Amino acid sequence: MRALDKKLVYDLRRIWAQALAIALVMACGVATIILSIGSYRSLEETRSAFYERYRFGSVFASAVRAPLTLKERIASLPGVSAVELRIMQPVLLDVPLMVEPATGIAVSIPDHREALVNKVYIRQGRLPESGRPDEVAVLETFADAHRFTPGDSFEAIINGKKRKLTIVGTVLSPEFVYAIGPGDMVPDQKRFGVFYMSASVLRALYDMEGAFDDLSLTTLRNADLGRITEGLDKILKPYGGSGARSREDQLSHAFLDNELTELKAMAMIIPPIFLFVSAFLVNMILSRLIELEREQVGLLKAIGYSDVAVGWHYTKLVLAIGLVGMVIGVIAGQWLGLGLTRLYGRFFTFPFLIFRHSVDLFLLATGVTMLAAVAGAARAVYSTVRLPPAVAMQPPAPTQYRSLFDRSKRRFQRISRRTIMSTRHLLRWPLRTFLTTLGTSLSVTLLVTAVFAFDSIDYMIDNIFFRTERQDASVSLVKALPLDAQYSLRGLPGVKRVEPFRATLTKFRHGETEKRVPIVGISNDSRLLQILDVEQNPVKPPNSGLMVPDMLARQLKLRPGDQVQVELLEHNNRVVSVPVVGLVSSYVGLTSYMSLKSLNRLLREGDRMNGARIRIDASSLPDLYQEVKQTPVITSIALLDVSLQKFRETIRENITTMTTLYVVLAVIITFGVIYNSARIQLSERARELASLRVFGFTRGEVSSVLLTELGIITLLAQPLGWLLGYLFAWMVVKGFESDLYRIPFVISSETFANASLVVIVAAVVSALIVRRRIDRFDLVRVLKTRE
Amino acid sequence: MQKPIFEINGLTKIYGSGEVEVRALNGVDMTLYEGEMAVLLGPSGSGKSTLLNIVGGLDQATSGKVLFDGRPLTALNERELTRYRREHVGFVFQFYNLIPSLTARENVALVTEISRAPMSPDEALAMVNLSDRATHFPAQLSGGEQQRIAIARAIAKRPEVLLCDEPTGALDSKTGILVLEALSTINRELGTTAAIITHNVGIREIANRVFYFKDGKIEDMQVNDHPISPSKVSW
Repeated sequence: MRALDKKLVYDLRRIWAQALAIALVMACGVATIILSIGSYRSLEETRSAFYERYRFGSVFASAVRAPLTLKERIASLPGVSAVELRIMQPVLLDVPLMVEPATGIAVSIPDHREALVNKVYIRQGRLPESGRPDEVAVLETFADAHRFTPGDSFEAIINGKKRKLTIVGTVLSPEFVYAIGPGDMVPDQKRFGVFYMSASVLRALYDMEGAFDDLSLTTLRNADLGRITEGLDKILKPYGGSGARSREDQLSHAFLDNELTELKAMAMIIPPIFLFVSAFLVNMILSRLIELEREQVGLLKAIGYSDVAVGWHYTKLVLAIGLVGMVIGVIAGQWLGLGLTRLYGRFFTFPFLIFRHSVDLFLLATGVTMLAAVAGAARAVYSTVRLPPAVAMQPPAPTQYRSLFDRSKRRFQRISRRTIMSTRHLLRWPLRTFLTTLGTSLSVTLLVTAVFAFDSIDYMIDNIFFRTERQDASVSLVKALPLDAQYSLRGLPGVKRVEPFRATLTKFRHGETEKRVPIVGISNDSRLLQILDVEQNPVKPPNSGLMVPDMLARQLKLRPGDQVQVELLEHNNRVVSVPVVGLVSSYVGLTSYMSLKSLNRLLREGDRMNGARIRIDASSLPDLYQEVKQTPVITSIALLDVSLQKFRETIRENITTMTTLYVVLAVIITFGVIYNSARIQLSERARELASLRVFGFTRGEVSSVLLTELGIITLLAQPLGWLLGYLFAWMVVKGFESDLYRIPFVISSETFANASLVVIVAAVVSALIVRRRIDRFDLVRVLKTRE
Repeated sequence: MQKPIFEINGLTKIYGSGEVEVRALNGVDMTLYEGEMAVLLGPSGSGKSTLLNIVGGLDQATSGKVLFDGRPLTALNERELTRYRREHVGFVFQFYNLIPSLTARENVALVTEISRAPMSPDEALAMVNLSDRATHFPAQLSGGEQQRIAIARAIAKRPEVLLCDEPTGALDSKTGILVLEALSTINRELGTTAAIITHNVGIREIANRVFYFKDGKIEDMQVNDHPISPSKVSW
């Protein structure tokens, strides 16, 4: 080994703790890049592979009843490559050992051939045989939740008749990667299932001989989706077509898209923080190291080493630290990636997961991190290397301080000399102080950004489950029935109050933009659903006109008083113009509200309802469930309590996992910054501190000088961290905003306090580790050396 | 002569062990009296600094005894030694060891703040003739001035003893003499016992007694009945 390389090894051994602290910060950078970009790619590639192999549809449409003979017309639309016509109907399920009814969707599979679109992946068993009315294949999530295996059976109410169905296989479908039930906010694998039956059987059960009510098609590359949906709408219009939609509006696909967007946002925000902090730390440590080795640098140059050789020597030190960080980062990134992938497994069901160990990603992650480190080192190396050897061998000029806090001035009389020492030292290197503060504050920022989700979700839960939805349960009916149906509901066991509603799917058009929007009509004296305006005050549905969510208003550039074109998708695509009379606050979906009367007027079918919110006596629940399972017109019943519980469970689990990760990351940053900054100070001020010990200052008093500085930095970092955290949280809220859901921008003071608490504790621990070094000072040795 | 302030018996200090064992002090017996000025002479590694460090409470002896004002110093623990340094000893080092972020006055005040009956920082600065430099930072002062500030800082708490390890070692003759004059004034006016380590043989003439060190022992001791003023020292 060359002599200079030996020096490198000794140097590294000497500063191992600091080097490790930096390496850990770098590792976080590498790990978060691998985690976010890796997961993004993994999810994205898995999705496209599944979509492609199982021919996920590009366009979807449904109708009330359309003849199968339309197939050719549809297939001949330009750009269409394959069409599958099918039956798709909501059903109520009666599962053994489950008191409450589950909801499901029955989907037909072609007889005697493979599906051309939305083919299912068979995990276990087989698909139902053609013409077998008792055979079903169920979605794997539902089967797993109930521990069903082929051979088990359950009952379903299909078109008003109860039937016993035997499971012959479990399957996965590109259409239900994210399988969420109607009206649910998170997937509930137990209460929502999809099952596949032979097309001829389902047609017979629903009286749909020679007809279909749903279709999905794939397209050629570069097909004009707009033209296809337009063409489809035209074809299906006479048959009760409710508007064709492309993938973007397909629920499972949209949720996956959302997740991908979030991962992308994470990749944009988190790794740069670590890259910045590691660059800064490298700069800080290396500047000090080189300053201490000034004479050696001079000597090396004096005996003939070139500037480049000396510069390369120090660069290698940084690269060595980077290498350690890289190894830790790659391992941690892989491990976290697998963890996240497993977490995905709970929400997204794929038959396989592509988690590719892509070399380019590792190169990217480590390259970017190394680059940041070398950039951090560049200035320190350059400034020393360019000194002429004679100058370099001289000790640096003594440090000049400014006489701030002159104690002869009365107002500074109460500040102790030790505080003055700390403060002047901090102000002597304002940039370093600022960067150290900024580095520490980024830990606070990370925590605020992670933990605020709890506040947001709490607020959202309160808003949705306690202020808006105040029913015990909501039921949906198989179709719109005369309002009198509410009296039959009132007659069910334990039902104390019934508030009917009417829901219909529409398309809003204003200016250039259009959106698929459900409109819900509720009665004017509604108590079980409370609409909240943007100031969160309850408002009554207007006698005429629409209340639209603020998000939708922004998207369509709608203001109260504007007229919006509403295409009634379930009513022959009739277009009506309706005034917007107010904005409502809403975090889920784009549902707009009207009064039941005015919606019914708009639909021209008389006074009808297709669902109701009900209040029930909890003690009669089992009877109610029993009754509902026997009531053919009810397609689903959703208990608010159950939804809330499931929502909490899912979200908590999700956020807790992410928060734990962020806390670890924040602690690493804090440790990296505070520990290194303390070590640097200790190195710069060893003589000062030793002198104080000689004069008879106790260890505690001496440490206080150092701790005061760290304390000031840590305290200054808090408000800065809160401010940045506030901004980041806002960016997160904006980044998450989608048609599916928004999260409210709410940060409680506890969140700020908790973030600070974690960082302060981490800072104190880091400082105490350094404090131990003060206790072990060799006073004599320190004092005898020249600065 | 007067009352003894340090009584040192059989003081031994061994660094390392086995083959690398170094006997820095090898059974030193010595007594220093109140108000006297002692000069310690000897080649590097002869044990002068080690003695001063043990007497000053910066280091522990391997064996032997040091009594300070009749109390055994060698029995004190870390905390008690800190207290001893704080209350009784003033140090002056070759490289001044001033706090760069504090002005001259603040450097002195740093010590007076934790002392029981200190003089004011300005009074201490006046004793070393540097009142006009009170608001300067170390970086703005010459080496001699810095050393005199260090002396002012050392005496401001009115210590019983002043231990100086090569106080003029980094200075030229002119500024060295100013520093010695400051030390001498303090010794005379405050009655502070002073022990000065030096390589400069000329300085012995300002002392009451001179100790010659060699190989960890006192080889010789001279009493100087007529110490001269520092200004007359031939450098």
